[in-house]
Amino acid sequence: MLIDILISAFLVISGIFGLVGSFGLIKLPDPMMRLHAPTKATTLGVGGALIASMLYFYFVVGNFSFHELMITLFLFLTAPITGHFIAKTHLHLMHKPADLPPTGTDRPWASYESDGERQSFEEAAKTGDA
Amino acid sequence: MLRKLLPHPFLTLTLIVVWQMLVNKLTLGNLLLGTILALIIPVMTSPYWPNRPKLRSAPRIVEYVLIVLWDICVANVQVAYVILFKTNANTKPAWISIPLELRTPEAITVLAGTITMTPGTVSSDVAADGRSLLVHCLDAADPDAVRDEIKSRYEARLKEIFE
Repeated sequence: MLIDILISAFLVISGIFGLVGSFGLIKLPDPMMRLHAPTKATTLGVGGALIASMLYFYFVVGNFSFHELMITLFLFLTAPITGHFIAKTHLHLMHKPADLPPTGTDRPWASYESDGERQSFEEAAKTGDA
Repeated sequence: MLRKLLPHPFLTLTLIVVWQMLVNKLTLGNLLLGTILALIIPVMTSPYWPNRPKLRSAPRIVEYVLIVLWDICVANVQVAYVILFKTNANTKPAWISIPLELRTPEAITVLAGTITMTPGTVSSDVAADGRSLLVHCLDAADPDAVRDEIKSRYEARLKEIFE
């Protein structure tokens, strides 16, 4: 009984966060802000469902399953990388380097550095070493 | 020689454990197959990952993982709050540039991943020489405070772990 309540609670939490994350996609005004909704609100949404599934298999079915832990691990590895790619694509399509804060170093943000600039920096570094 | 056969011992160990968890049943055959894969994959991928990162302290890694997990839960609630209760006009997004003290590529990768998973921030780009990170904040009234928190909460800890 208690475990049923716990499992249901996790499922409800997961549903709420999944819904909020999806709602954020509609509500927020620009693509960079929309990126925040799925990278975060959904983590807890999926996480809640996975915890509920682990509890169910351990207490109700009676065998322990590691698959949920693996899904969590893979999600944590892939979510930032996907977010990074979407952000970079967005930078290329919609922004100019002037919109962004300065890097504070000699070289520009990696997305905006041309091959020629990179080569000249690398050659300068080589002659500096020699 | 050993270094060539076993370029990343921790990766090998992780792959064995992950394989067992994916199969979800511990038998000798699975263990053997997992071990063979765990020996071959690091050797095949070592051209893309030539340096072996040094990890200084196991308790610090556990501490870091727990802090990040807690922050992810907080981040979810904060972002949900911004989405549900703040009007778009009141939400102030901002780009910030974070100068990095970390130099190890693995450490910078972990930091960028952590930033994406935690409160209202997504790491978007890195300077061409790897010395600063470009971060987008969903709702930052005070961008400098966000930058200082990332530096003291995550970067300082990663520096102790990796460098």
